[in-house]
Amino acid sequence: MESRFRVLFLIAAIVGLSGCAATKNLFGFGPEEAPPPSAEPPGQVIDPEVERREVKEPAIDREDFEIGAYVGIMSIEDFGSNVSYGLRLAYHITEGFFVEGTVGQSEGGLTSFEVLSGGARLITDSERTMTYYNLNLGYNILPGEVFLGEGHAYNTNLYLIAGLGSTRFAGDDRFTVNVGAGYRFLLTDAVALHIDFRDHLFDIDLLGEEKTAHNLEGHLGFTVFF
Amino acid sequence: MSEPSITTIPSTPQPIRLLWLGCLVAVVSQIFLTAPVHAADEYRSVTIADPYLEMRTGPGGGYPIFNVVDRGETVDVIKQRTEWYLVRADNGKEGWVERAQMELTLQPDGSPISFDDFSVEDFTNSKWELGVLAGDFGGANIVSLYGGYSLNPNISIELWGSQILGNFSNGWMGSINVVHEAFPEWRVSPFFTLGAGVIHTEPKSTIIQGEDRTDQIGHVGGGFRVYATRRFLLRAEYKSYVVFTSRDENEEVEEWKVGFAFFF
Repeated sequence: MESRFRVLFLIAAIVGLSGCAATKNLFGFGPEEAPPPSAEPPGQVIDPEVERREVKEPAIDREDFEIGAYVGIMSIEDFGSNVSYGLRLAYHITEGFFVEGTVGQSEGGLTSFEVLSGGARLITDSERTMTYYNLNLGYNILPGEVFLGEGHAYNTNLYLIAGLGSTRFAGDDRFTVNVGAGYRFLLTDAVALHIDFRDHLFDIDLLGEEKTAHNLEGHLGFTVFF
Repeated sequence: MSEPSITTIPSTPQPIRLLWLGCLVAVVSQIFLTAPVHAADEYRSVTIADPYLEMRTGPGGGYPIFNVVDRGETVDVIKQRTEWYLVRADNGKEGWVERAQMELTLQPDGSPISFDDFSVEDFTNSKWELGVLAGDFGGANIVSLYGGYSLNPNISIELWGSQILGNFSNGWMGSINVVHEAFPEWRVSPFFTLGAGVIHTEPKSTIIQGEDRTDQIGHVGGGFRVYATRRFLLRAEYKSYVVFTSRDENEEVEEWKVGFAFFF
C-alpha cells in the first residue's frame, strides 16, 4: 500500500510539473490516465510483490467422432458377390460404447436361375444396385495393443456392432438388421484402419416364397477421429 | 439358350463413382493437411496435486499404465476422447489419463480445474436434441430421425422423418410435434405429445394391386426421456395415429418406438 501511495505522489508531481493539460485528473475528473512507465526515473519503480498470473484456459480438443470410408466385398444371397463401398460416421459415447451410421452400395449379379435359363431376368439391371444405410450400436469388447518389432506399439480394438436400417434392392426398400464384428487398428491417436465383417439380414420374396436373406460383407476401412 | 454368360450387368454410373472417390480423397487429404496445424503452446497445462498421475497407452481402462507423473509436476492436455485425456509430460511422454484423475489436478494459478461435463441439468435445460428411434408401426417396421428445439424446459417442438418398411407396403412419414414435459428435471422424464403431418405409402413391387397414396395424419402419444450419460439420452414412446384417408373410413395405427438421442 505504502509503495502505491509513493508512486501516486510521484505521478502527481510529474503531472503537476508538466503543465496544466492533465490537471483535471488530479481531482478525479475525466478518464484516468495510466502513468507512462518510461517517464519515471530508473530505480524508483517498485515491482508489485505478487505477480498476477494470466490464467488462460485453451479449450481441450475433443475427438469423439470418427469418419471414414471403406471398400470390400459383399455377397448378396442368390445374386453373387461384388465390390461394395461405403461411408461411416461414428460417435464414441464412452470408452466402450459408440454409435455408428453407415451408407453403402454394392451390385447384385445374376442368380443361378438367370444364368441357366439364358435370357430370363428376374429384376431389371437398375434394380440390381444395392444401396443401404444402417444405424448401429457398437461396443469395444477387446481393447489391446500390437507390437511391430521392438520400437512400435499400436492400439487396437475388437468391437461388436448390431443395428438396423434399410436396404434398397430388387425394387423395394427392405428393413435390414445388421450384425458384425470389426477390428480397429490405430496408426496414430487419430487415424485408424478397420477390418469389418457384417451380416445384413432382410426378408425377400423375389424367388417365390419369403425368406430371410443373409448378405455377408467384408470390408477394409480407413477412419479419422475429429 | 446359347448365350449363357455373355450378358454383363452395367456397373455403377460414373458420377456416383466419382462422388465416392471424391469423398475418399477429401477424408485422406484432411489427415495430411490438418495434422500439423496445432501449435505446441496452445495446450492447457495442469499441475498434479494427487500423489501421482497414471498415464495409459490408450483411452480405456483396459490399456496398461506405462508412465507415472509425480505430484508437483505439470502436464499439457492435448485432447480428449470420451472420458479420457491425452496428456504430455515434461519428459515428452504422451499417454491417456482418466477423468477422475484429471479432476484432482490444479491450474497454473493453483485453483482446482474444472472440465466441461454434462449432467442432468444440461439434460433439462439443453436447447437442441437429435435422435434416432426404431420400432413397430401397425405391424410394419419403422426407423425415425428427429430433431427438437426446446422453447423452455417444459415445451419443445420436434420435426420427425420416418421410413416405414412393411411386408406389403413401404413408405415415409413426416410430422411436426409439440412435446410437453411435466417434470423436465427428473432423470426419467415423462412427456406428452401432439402432432400432425403426412404419410406416403406405396405397395411393394411384388404386390400387383394397390397404388401410391399420400394422406394427412394426426397423432397423440406419450413416453419417457431417460438421461443416460454425458450428452446422451434414451427415449421410448407410444403414439396413436389417425390417418385421414380419402376413403370412407379413417385408419388408426399404433406405434411403439425406442431409441437414443443427443442433446446439445
